[in-house]
Amino acid sequence: MYDILIIGAGVIGASVARELSRYDLNIAVLEAREDVATATTAANSAIVHAGYDCIPGSLMARFNVEGNGLFDEIKSELDIPFKRTGSLVLAFDDEDKRMLEKLFIQGEKNGVEGLEIISRDEVMDREPNINPNIKSALWAPTAGITCPYELTVAYMENAIDNGVKLFLEHTVTGLSKDRDGSFTVITSKGKFRALYIINCAGVQGDMISNMLGLEEFSIIPRRGEYLLYDRKYGNTVNSVIFQPPSRRGKGVLVTQTVDGNLLVGPNAEDITSREDISTTNSGLDYVYNMAKRSIPDLTRKGVIRTFAGLRAISDTGDFIIGPSTEIEGLFHVAGICSPGLSAAPAIGKELARIIGEHVGSLREKTDFNPYRCAIPRFKDLSLGEQQRLIDKDPRYGRVICRCETVTEGEIIEALHRSLPVNTIDGVKRRTRAGMGRCQGGFCTPRIMDIMARELHVSMEDITKCGADSNIVVGKIREKREREMKTI
Amino acid sequence: MRVQVDVAIIGGGPAGLAAAIACHDQGIQDILILERDRHLGGILQQCIHTGFGLHRFGEELTGPEYAHIFIDGVKDRNISYLLDTMVIEIRKDKIIYALNSEKGLIEIEAKAIILAMGCRERTRGAIQIPGDRPAGVYTAGMAQLLVNMEGYLPGKEIVILGSGDIGLIMARRLTWEGANVKMVCEIMPYSSGLARNIRQCLDDYDIPLLFNHTVVKVHGSKRLEGVTIAEVDSNRVPIPGSERYIECDTLLLSVGLLPENELSEGANVLLDEITGGPIVDEYRHTSVDGIFACGNVLHVHDLVDYVSEEAEIAARGVARYLKGDKSDSRISISHGAGIQYTVPHIISSRDEDVELFFRANGIYNDGMIQLTYGKDILYTKRYNHIVPGKMERIRIKKDILRQLDMEGNIRISWRQREDELSDEAHMYSLSTGM
Amino acid sequence: MKLICTVCPQGCEITVKKNDEGWHVEGNRCKRGREFALQETISPMRVLTTSVWIEGGDHKLVSVKTDRPIPKEKIGEAIGELCDITINAPVGRGDIIIKNIADTDANIIATRDVRLSS
Repeated sequence: MYDILIIGAGVIGASVARELSRYDLNIAVLEAREDVATATTAANSAIVHAGYDCIPGSLMARFNVEGNGLFDEIKSELDIPFKRTGSLVLAFDDEDKRMLEKLFIQGEKNGVEGLEIISRDEVMDREPNINPNIKSALWAPTAGITCPYELTVAYMENAIDNGVKLFLEHTVTGLSKDRDGSFTVITSKGKFRALYIINCAGVQGDMISNMLGLEEFSIIPRRGEYLLYDRKYGNTVNSVIFQPPSRRGKGVLVTQTVDGNLLVGPNAEDITSREDISTTNSGLDYVYNMAKRSIPDLTRKGVIRTFAGLRAISDTGDFIIGPSTEIEGLFHVAGICSPGLSAAPAIGKELARIIGEHVGSLREKTDFNPYRCAIPRFKDLSLGEQQRLIDKDPRYGRVICRCETVTEGEIIEALHRSLPVNTIDGVKRRTRAGMGRCQGGFCTPRIMDIMARELHVSMEDITKCGADSNIVVGKIREKREREMKTI
Repeated sequence: MRVQVDVAIIGGGPAGLAAAIACHDQGIQDILILERDRHLGGILQQCIHTGFGLHRFGEELTGPEYAHIFIDGVKDRNISYLLDTMVIEIRKDKIIYALNSEKGLIEIEAKAIILAMGCRERTRGAIQIPGDRPAGVYTAGMAQLLVNMEGYLPGKEIVILGSGDIGLIMARRLTWEGANVKMVCEIMPYSSGLARNIRQCLDDYDIPLLFNHTVVKVHGSKRLEGVTIAEVDSNRVPIPGSERYIECDTLLLSVGLLPENELSEGANVLLDEITGGPIVDEYRHTSVDGIFACGNVLHVHDLVDYVSEEAEIAARGVARYLKGDKSDSRISISHGAGIQYTVPHIISSRDEDVELFFRANGIYNDGMIQLTYGKDILYTKRYNHIVPGKMERIRIKKDILRQLDMEGNIRISWRQREDELSDEAHMYSLSTGM
Repeated sequence: MKLICTVCPQGCEITVKKNDEGWHVEGNRCKRGREFALQETISPMRVLTTSVWIEGGDHKLVSVKTDRPIPKEKIGEAIGELCDITINAPVGRGDIIIKNIADTDANIIATRDVRLSS
C-alpha cells in the first residue's frame, strides 16, 4: 500500500513527486510510456512565461507568477538550464497597442514585475532582426527559457533519490475506491493500492477521472506545431518574441532555446485524438508565415526538425488543481496547458500543501536531499575542465554525436543514473545526442552499439521510444527471409 | 598534448588520404591526418559496392578496395594519423583542437590546414515531410552503415525517397538481403543517380522509379506504418487528389548531400551559398590564409575519382603556399544562364592552366558552354547534353588568363545552339589561343 | 528492347532487335556500346557485392565480391550460398572466401582487410 500514487510523469507529475518526496510518505509514480516527459512535456515552447496574459484571479495567473519566481531556486538545486531572456509582445498596429496596454494592466494585477511598454526604436536596438514596422512592444524581463524534459528528468531523479518509486510502461486501465477508503489502481503490469491518488495524466486527465465514474471536467487536446532551426540561427532573436495573444493562445512565438537553436511555433488546433502529434503541411506553413510577421527575413532553409505537441485544455478555462469534488482522496492536477511549464514548480509545492492539509500534518524527512547534479555537458566545459574529465574517464574523450559534441562518457552516464534510460529518444533527451543538424544520421548506430554493450541487450531490442519502435528488424545473412523479388 | 605540424588534414576519407599522399609527394614531411572513425577510409568503408576507380585506375573497385590503395599509400609513406579523433574547433590562426580518449585534448598548430571533412545527408527535418515521427525513417547512408558495417536490416517493406546514388545502391542491397523495396519516389522529372545504377539496382529487380513523386506524409506512432505519396506539378507542389497510401515499415531518404562545414565556419571560412562549401581559388585555397579544402566538403562530387584528383590540386596549393608563392591576381568567375555553380570561384595566379569545374542547373540539350570576358568570348565548347547530376569541366589556358585584368571577371553560361550564329565570327577569332 | 547505355556517361539510348539475320543494334555511338547492348540483352552479367560475418576481427563483417561478373540470374543462388557463413579473422583483401560460387566459376573474395581485433 502506497500513501500516494501519482499518475503521469510529465513535468507536473514529476514536480509533485519531488515536492512530496520531502515528507515521510510512501510514494509511487505510474507512467504509461517508457520514459518521463514524453507527451506534452516533450513538445512545447519551453518558455517560462512572465504571467501578464493570464486572467487576474485565475489559477493560471497565480501559479504562473509564483512558478516563474521559483525557477532560480530550481536551477541551483536541480542543475537545470534556465535563462531569463525576457520577452517582448510586438504591437503591429493601434489595436495591438491597446492590447499591450491591457496586458500591462493585467500583468500588474497578476504581480508581474518589471513590465514596460517600450518604443519601436528601443525594440529594434535589442532585436535588430525584428519587423521594423512594429509600433511598440511590451517588455517582460522576468520571462525566460528552460528545457522542459531536462526539468522533468531532474525533478524525477531527485524524487527517486529521495525515495519515490517510478513505474514506467505502467498504463492505468482501471481505478476503484475500496470500502476502506483506499484506492486500487489496475495497470497494464499489475495492481497497485494507495491511500491517495494524484491525477497528473495530462491530456488523459479526464479519462482517469472517468474511470471512477466521474465527469468533473473534460480535456480537449489542442495541437501545436513547431519548426526547430539549426543552432546557426539561434541568435536571430535575444528574447522571446510574441505577437499579441488571441482567444486561442499566445500566438506564434520566436525564441532561442536553451540549447541555442531557434524555435518557432505553435499554431493551435483542437483535435479529437489524444495521441495525434503529427505535423501537417498547412500547420507548418501557418506557423512559418506567422513567424515571418515578427522576423521578416526568416526562411525555412535552416529547419532541422518539425514536431507537434498536445496541450491539455480543460473545459473550465483554467487549471484544475485540488481535491476532487466527488471522491475523497483523489486530487486533480488537470488542464495544465500553457503556462503549465512556468507554473510547474509552484504547482508541485501547492500539491504538497494541499495533501498536508488533508492528511493533517506531514512529517519532513530529516535526510531530504534537495540537490541533483546534471550529466556533465562536455561541450559547455572549459578546455581545462574537459581535460580533467577525460583524465578521470577517457570515455569523455570519444565524441559520439558530432553535431552536438556529445561524448561516450555522457551517454554512458545517462544510461546508468537513478532514473535510467533505455531508448534512443531517451538518450537524446538526456544528452542531446542526435538532436543536431544531422538528426542522428551519424550517431544513432554508434549510440545503439553503446546501449547494447552497456545494457546487455541486442541491437534488435533497442527502440526509438519503447515497445514496437525498434530501430532495426533483424540481422542480415539470415536464411528465413530470403526470397528475392525478381532476378 | 600540443603538437606542431606543417599540414594538418581534417578527415581521413578519400579526400584527406589523397591530399596527404600528394602533400608528401610534393616534399612536405610533417603531415598529420585527423580521422574521427576507428579506420581510415571515410564513407568508402561502407560503400561495399563496385563503381569506384574506373577513371583513375581503369578498373571497377569497391569502396574499401579504393580506400585501401590510398590507406596503403599513407602507410608506405609513414604519414602520421590519429584515429577515433574528433576535431572540435579550427581557429583562423590555424590552431586545431581535437579530442580522443587516449590523448585527451590535442592542440595542433599547423602551418597549413586541408579541410577534408566530406559531407552529410539531408534529413527528413531539412525537407520537412509532415506527419508522425516514428522509428523507421532513416537516411540512406545510415541504413547503409547499419547493413554493411553493423550487419542489421533496417526494415522489410521499404520506400525510398530520392533517386540519388546511395538510395539506388541501397534499393539493391536491401533487395539482396531479402527486403521488399516497393518503390523509389523522385520529386524531379529526372534522377540525379547514374544511369548504370538505375539499371542495375532498380530495373534488374523491377523496382518502380516514380518521377515527379514525393512523400507528403509519414504515418505511424511507434514504428513506421506507411507513407502517403503524391505526384507533384512542375513547381514540385503536390497535386491534390494524387495522394496514395503505401504501406511500409521503412522510409529511406536519399535527398541530397550537404558539405559539412561547421568547423570551417568556426574558422571564418567564407562559404558559397549554392555549394555549401568554401569559396576557393584554383588551388582550393579558402578565404582564410593557409586553409585549403577539397572533396565533398568543398562541393559534392559524382565520383570519388574526382575527389582524389581535387585533393591533389589542393596539395599542390599547400606546397606552393608553404614555399611562399603568392597569388598575383583575383579573377572572379560568375555564372550566367544554365550554370548552378563553379569550382574554383576565383583564379589567383596565372602560372598554370586552370581546370574549371561546373554543374548545370537543369537539363539542356544541343548547345554550348561559353566563357565570356566582358563582351569577348574566351572559349566555347559544344555539348549535346548537360545535366545537373554530372560535373563538367573546362580547361582555361594560362595564355588566356595572362591576357586578362588581374581583377577581371569571367562569366560562364549555357547557350542554346540557335543563339550562336550572330557571335560566331567573333568567337572564333578569340578562341584560337585556347 | 530499349536500353540506356551505361558504358560511359554519354547515356546513348540503344535499341536491340532480333530478326532472321540475327541481332540488330541501333543508337550506339561506339563499339563498346554495341557489345554492352548485346550482352545486356542476351546474358546480363553482374558483380555481386555483399558482406560476410567475421569473428574476432576489427570489423564485424568482411565486405566481399565475386571476382568476375556472374550471370544476373545466378545472383540469388550466390547469395543463398553465403547465408549462415561466418569466417574467422584475419582476412586479407583478395582472399578467396568461397570458390566457384553458385557454379559460376567465379570466386567470392574479400574486398577489405580484417585484422585480429586488439
